[in-house]
Amino acid sequence: MENLQTQEFTLRPLPTPQDEVKPTLSMHPHKFALWLFIVTVIMIFAAFTSAYIVKQAEGGWDYFELPPIFGINTIIIVLSSITLHWAYLSAKRDNLQQNRIALFVTTAIGVTFLIMQIIGWRELVYMGKFFTGGNASAAFVYVLTAVHGVHLVSAVIYLIVMVVKALGFRVHSKNMLNMEMSTTYWHFLGGLWVYLYLFLLLNN
Amino acid sequence: MATANVALAHDAAHDDHHHEHKETFWNKYVFSQDHKMIAKQFLITGIIWAFIGGLFSVFFRLQLGFPNADLMWLKPILGRWIIETNGVGQLDPEFYLALVTMHGTIMVFFVLTAGLSGTFSNFLIPLQIGARDMASGFMNMLSYWFFFASSIVMFSSLFIETGPASGGWVIYPPLSALPQAVNGSGLGMTLWLVSMVLFIASTLLGGINYITTVINLRTKGMSFSRLPLTVWAFFLTAVIGLLSFPVLFSAALLLVFDRSFGTSFYLSEIYIGGEALPNVGGSPILFQHLFWFLGHPEVYIVLLPALGITSEIISTNSRKPIFGYRAMIGSMLGIAFLSFIVWAHHMFVTGMNPFLGSVFMLLTLIIAVPSAIKAFNYITTLWKGNIVFTPATLFSIGLVSLFISGGLTGIFLGNSAIDIQLHDTYFVVAHFHLVMGSASFFGMMAGVYHWFPKMFGRMMDARLGYIHFWFTFVGVYMVFFPMHYIGIAGFPRRYYSWTTFETFQGFTDLNMFVSIAAIVTFSSQLVFAFNFFYSIFRGRKSPVNPWRSNTLEWTTPVNPGHGNWPGEIPTVYRWPYDYSKPGAEEDFIPQHIPYAQTPESNLPHEQELVKQEEADAKANDEIVVEDTNH
Repeated sequence: MENLQTQEFTLRPLPTPQDEVKPTLSMHPHKFALWLFIVTVIMIFAAFTSAYIVKQAEGGWDYFELPPIFGINTIIIVLSSITLHWAYLSAKRDNLQQNRIALFVTTAIGVTFLIMQIIGWRELVYMGKFFTGGNASAAFVYVLTAVHGVHLVSAVIYLIVMVVKALGFRVHSKNMLNMEMSTTYWHFLGGLWVYLYLFLLLNN
Repeated sequence: MATANVALAHDAAHDDHHHEHKETFWNKYVFSQDHKMIAKQFLITGIIWAFIGGLFSVFFRLQLGFPNADLMWLKPILGRWIIETNGVGQLDPEFYLALVTMHGTIMVFFVLTAGLSGTFSNFLIPLQIGARDMASGFMNMLSYWFFFASSIVMFSSLFIETGPASGGWVIYPPLSALPQAVNGSGLGMTLWLVSMVLFIASTLLGGINYITTVINLRTKGMSFSRLPLTVWAFFLTAVIGLLSFPVLFSAALLLVFDRSFGTSFYLSEIYIGGEALPNVGGSPILFQHLFWFLGHPEVYIVLLPALGITSEIISTNSRKPIFGYRAMIGSMLGIAFLSFIVWAHHMFVTGMNPFLGSVFMLLTLIIAVPSAIKAFNYITTLWKGNIVFTPATLFSIGLVSLFISGGLTGIFLGNSAIDIQLHDTYFVVAHFHLVMGSASFFGMMAGVYHWFPKMFGRMMDARLGYIHFWFTFVGVYMVFFPMHYIGIAGFPRRYYSWTTFETFQGFTDLNMFVSIAAIVTFSSQLVFAFNFFYSIFRGRKSPVNPWRSNTLEWTTPVNPGHGNWPGEIPTVYRWPYDYSKPGAEEDFIPQHIPYAQTPESNLPHEQELVKQEEADAKANDEIVVEDTNH
């Protein structure tokens, strides 16, 4: 079905200068839907970070240093984006063995990131910055990391699905849709974490 | 014809794909992935919710209109919510608050968001743009079932011991956060939040689908400048929803943490019975900002689909092209954009900086411009039209009337100075019930009457439709117009009892009048319910194009199957509003008729397009030859 759709599209005549018979968007619907989903995630975090700024401006804010583990994690997540891009390129070049390895490595790094985030929470607890009972400044760190983490869990599940697909020879240069979508989603979540980290760093 | 061949090849594959699974009761009526069935599921669920929400308003209108009446006769329905004092049954004051809260929640979210957008976006987008189904039928099905789950949770909260949420539909903390404040803020509020999270998931799944479908799956020739205004409206509604509902999710999540985990985002230094709560340093105003960032766009999520439906129906039934098609699109875009930067006009009296207040006041008043453009365009479309008064037309004209009379009071309320007097009075209630509640409801009803033949293959009874319309139209004005007066006098909303205030003693009659009007209006909806459900099974069989309309949905069979068109999808050659075109044989030319077939009515520049059509057809011929080799 999806092949037929793209085929039908390429068969269409080239767009004419007039208003006549314009082809619709060439992006695959699922991929477009993913971008729309990304917009909703952006809005969630836009709301949280604006709330953070508004709350901070009201005063009575408890400033504290972020545990260094969050910084290390930022490097880790950037690293995972690089390995996933490696997976993407190797799938495009039909290098299936490398693709599997790269997908697996990325998944492993993703899981590591999640574990490290939880360790980060422990660090916060040792610092006496609790989720409840204290100042909203600490609670915000927990909320931002947790909501980001939940999205990252979904991305890790997607990657595990991709690993299974790759083992079944279903990821190659003629079947790139899911590879492209998972890469987009992962890069987005990686970028989102870098934004959140810088945001927290600059506001604390 | 060349395009046909390509499409047929496509269809053949499509059919193969679908032969594999048989149509059973479960996948046809329950877990359906067909956008038409999902639309009907949304519609019927929405109607059920509308009756529940309407009934609640009757309950609290009884209290307001007849303050000391004996309500013992409601005991069989409301049980312990009727408290007995000296042999006289009275509505429990906390339950009164719960009724108001649930009425608002149900009507805004379950009826006018899910029931309206869910029904008509689902039903009309694929049919009017020429698509076989939504971009993702599965996500569409999930969207309904998330809504269903959300409905079940909300409905179950009506039956718990502490009662449903009762902090108002805007759920401002600390009221909504503290069960010590009001019983409904206990389990009732928790269920409210769970239900809303499911609801947001449903809206987002639906919205992503609507936007993707409109952008990716338009048939050949269906450029954005040829989209029916309904589809434009649904599209923009989905965009607004996509940007605003996640913010409500964030706000609700922080409220969940405050309520159930003990964080202090919204709660600060509260003493109850001399004892301090552990929450320190929160800001309840923060919640209001986050809430209204959704809350105000939500007004347009409710209203825009109704306006789109009205554009279509008014143009069809006045047998005239819509006046100012591009102006209509432009004003909808303007409204959609402005809806995001006016939220603080709900918060003028929160101690906001007066300068900031005047900025928001200015932005709010600017919305009057696109709104007025729309109102004028409706009127000029009707002007000297050859109007066919179907029930749908009447409801559309009713919408225009309500949109104007309710919109005008918005100009008063948008003034930050006047708002000091009018804030939280019945003037606000009157305003938004006319412009948002009733207008959207009228749009929804217009849509049901107009597209019922396409949904069920049968016609609704027009005479019952007229009765329904006149009772409802006169009814809503009788209900909401007097509220302006008591509102200006300072009568506050959400008060259970007002008889003890000297100032308001003079309004007893007016309140009684409003309550009687509300009961009559509500009862007349039963006429609609009967007409609707009876016509599904026993209505007169519908012709293919009962309203002689131009849009693509009327080119499908009377009862379209899954896939909508049995053969190829029609190609679109013109805009959807060629009604009463000079020189044409009929007073309408559907969108799929090429200009080549209508030389008698073509304008000079359209005659040019005929050549273009021929060139395109030739180009397609050549390509199909290649395709068969392949």
